[in-house]
Amino acid sequence: MSAFEVFAAWRPAANTAIGISQAAAADPSPDKVDLSVGAYRTEEGRELILGAVREAQRRLEADPATNHEYLGHGGNPRFCRLAAELALGAGSAALAEGRVASIQGVSGTGSLWVGAAFLSRYYRRSRVALLSAPSWPLHDLMMERAGLELRRYRYYDETTRGLDYEGMLEDLRAAPQGTILVLQGCGHNPTGVDPTPQQWQGILAAAQERQLFVFMDNAYQGFVCDLEEDAAAVRLFVDAGLELLVAQSFSKSMGLYGERVGALHLVAASADVARGAEAALQELIVPMYATPPKYGAAIATTILADPQLRQQWQRELAELPGSMLRRRQQLYDALQEVGVPGSWEHILKQRGMFSYTGLTEAQCGHLMERWHVYLTPDGRISLTGLTGPRCRYVAEAFKDAILACPA
Amino acid sequence: MALQRNTGVAALRALPAVLPAARTFASQAGWFGHVPEAPRDPILGVTEKYLADANPLKMNLGVGAYRDDSGQPVVLKSVREAERRVAGSHFMEYLPIGGHRQFCEDSAKLAYGEDAGVVHGKQVAMIQSLSGTGSCRLFAEFQGRWMKGSKIYIPSPTWSNHHNIWRDAQVEEVIYPYYNKETKGLDFERMCDTLSKAPAGSVVLLHACAHNPTGVDPTREQWQELSKLMLEKRLFPCMDMAYQGFATGDCERDAQAVRIFLNDGHRLALSQSFAKNMGLYGQRVGCFSIVCEGPAEAKAVESQMKALARPMYSNPPLHGALLVHQILSDPELKQQWYGEVKEMADRIISMRTLLRQNLEALGSPHRCAGRLAWVSPCCCVCTSATRSCCGRMDEPWAGPTGSWAGHKRPLRRRSPRPAAGISSGQGAAPHSRLRTCPTCAKPAHPGRCPVLAPCVFRGPCHPTRIPARSWQHITDQIGMFCFTGITPEQVDRLTGEYSIYLTRNGRISMAGVNSGNVGRLAEAMHKVTSS
Repeated sequence: MSAFEVFAAWRPAANTAIGISQAAAADPSPDKVDLSVGAYRTEEGRELILGAVREAQRRLEADPATNHEYLGHGGNPRFCRLAAELALGAGSAALAEGRVASIQGVSGTGSLWVGAAFLSRYYRRSRVALLSAPSWPLHDLMMERAGLELRRYRYYDETTRGLDYEGMLEDLRAAPQGTILVLQGCGHNPTGVDPTPQQWQGILAAAQERQLFVFMDNAYQGFVCDLEEDAAAVRLFVDAGLELLVAQSFSKSMGLYGERVGALHLVAASADVARGAEAALQELIVPMYATPPKYGAAIATTILADPQLRQQWQRELAELPGSMLRRRQQLYDALQEVGVPGSWEHILKQRGMFSYTGLTEAQCGHLMERWHVYLTPDGRISLTGLTGPRCRYVAEAFKDAILACPA
Repeated sequence: MALQRNTGVAALRALPAVLPAARTFASQAGWFGHVPEAPRDPILGVTEKYLADANPLKMNLGVGAYRDDSGQPVVLKSVREAERRVAGSHFMEYLPIGGHRQFCEDSAKLAYGEDAGVVHGKQVAMIQSLSGTGSCRLFAEFQGRWMKGSKIYIPSPTWSNHHNIWRDAQVEEVIYPYYNKETKGLDFERMCDTLSKAPAGSVVLLHACAHNPTGVDPTREQWQELSKLMLEKRLFPCMDMAYQGFATGDCERDAQAVRIFLNDGHRLALSQSFAKNMGLYGQRVGCFSIVCEGPAEAKAVESQMKALARPMYSNPPLHGALLVHQILSDPELKQQWYGEVKEMADRIISMRTLLRQNLEALGSPHRCAGRLAWVSPCCCVCTSATRSCCGRMDEPWAGPTGSWAGHKRPLRRRSPRPAAGISSGQGAAPHSRLRTCPTCAKPAHPGRCPVLAPCVFRGPCHPTRIPARSWQHITDQIGMFCFTGITPEQVDRLTGEYSIYLTRNGRISMAGVNSGNVGRLAEAMHKVTSS
């Protein structure tokens, strides 16, 4: 008699981005295009390691002091400080006043995990988390697992394929005082729709009005426009004096994906609270994974701490948003050339790695089955999976899917 | 007056007024002013205090990371070679949620056996985890979700984090007896007694080898008995194997508990860590596996393991897994690694021996109020005037004219056999009034030796200084840790007076002991336990 009889009738779970990417990998068709996963590819379709990262790796390997000893529960302290400066700005008053508690997390996801657990355990004013409609599925899962109740605020406007700003403000203003508000600082996943700077001001005002507790996920800093601009939303909220959580990832901005490099920053009202909260964060981490992984953070620290290497990194990183934009343009042009029905302006207006095409689930299914073009059922494509030469093929596929499965 | 029954309104009124101005918001107490500072983790707290201590002779016996004989951290040569091979050869792409597949298979074979049927039969659900801690946490969450209502039976004592892990996973714990303070060994009877009363479907946490913090492991026979008991009572084993290779120096031998359970037909969960045996502490490399009924169940279980991991950290870190895979998949590198693990284990064992020898040479007459105990092994006579201090006699000796009724019959040895670990004749100064013992022809005090009555001459024996307090457990225990039996107050003295840092339960990390400091450690331990 099995200990796990419950599994006797198990069936595979529904399609996720990772499942689709695996299906794409397993597909033998030479025509396949994988637009599902969010890891950067060059315009030739190849993986990329930044020169600064390679150099940092080389230095670590050559250094006899490099070892595998345990980090503390909060991780590499130098990394934490440099990461905080990157996110909040080196001149941030919050940092100068000692009001920021930081921990190294297992990438952005792991940092969100710790943040959600922290809120679940210590945040008393609300058990509700507001997430954008739609939001990154993992945000939902994570908040649920933390025992929080999920509610949605309007975000993506299907007609404009842009931000439903008025709807969003309405929903925020209607939220009970103290509700947790999950925001993405830039490069919204999955829609690619970001508020403008003016709109961020309005969102801030609503958050202050309702004393919402902001949990800002900033996984794409440097990937959308540039390092400074992409952090503008985070800094706006911090400089307004709010207490908030910021989850940070180096997966995309340094291409460190698999090494799981991230940080969680709690900006507190006072240095005393920050100190106490930092210990509380570490206490949470002890029975999760005890201490974070060392290697990736060592690479990030090497780069951030060395002025020359840092400059090299920034130069290399600066190329990537342009590359995304080029691919957006190429896809848009191809869609126009092929004469795909509908307006495709949104491909150009949306930002970062992803674009919400507006394709229906049925159309997406058609794309995968007939054309071997892989994307998530919500119509999200990852621009990094696109190369110039394949744009035409993808445009043809879109056209066929739209005609075959009318919305 | 009618009470305000609309508590919602009352609550709203209690809230501060809406503040349009930005800065005033921050000037309030904030959200987390009520968050108290958490107590420092006992283990890392020790390290922190150690680092702050200016005493050049300080010793850190707190944390369980290996040190060489110079007290330095070690990167294994096999690991360095693996690093060299891996360098620059990989993109740092995301691993799948379940981690590096070949790494998982290598780990499973290491634990379950190269030819294990369950591995080749695809019966093992396995995912890469964030070292042993991450594995345990995943299992605890799995238990909470898929073995609802079951409790976790945790040994007493255990690694403190086990309690935190299952608590945060919201699984109720039951403590079972494990360590016997008197014998400083395993309390097997009471352990089995408690477990035999556990309801069917309970999960039992077991340390596969080198129990942390006690260093006390079941014998092979005890493992076999336990396995049968747990099968009979339908208890689910959760094995925590953080020290494979580190206990005896032999990876196969250290996995014996796992193999015994497997062979007996158990389905079990296993948490594997490469932190200690490969010295990859900070890279957080581990494997979490569950042996299932068959491939279909394994697939389902594995998918649920991944479903638990995904909203935690999405996918595990790459670097450590690459290194482990390099080592385990290359026969030469693997052999080199085996050798290095044995070296580490051997150094630990030799430190145990040295520490014990040093302590015994010092005499440590803990219970004899400062007096030395002179014992003739053949006569088993304790010449101390107070309570038994050599463990062989229960009653106070009433003096030369007193009755011997309370004493046990002395052993009559046929041949001389100095007790283990005691150097015969070393430092032995025969009493000036000693005569020759008729049993063994060795010097013995005539007024005290009960055998000076008629007895048969056998072989020689030596009056030896047997320490009144036994430190035998130091060499009986295994693995990185030694449960010394030192009390918390004595630990405080060790730290305060000698700058020797250890956890207050008296656990010392043998890895922090080396030939340069073992003498000082023994002296300090002797001093604090003998006054």
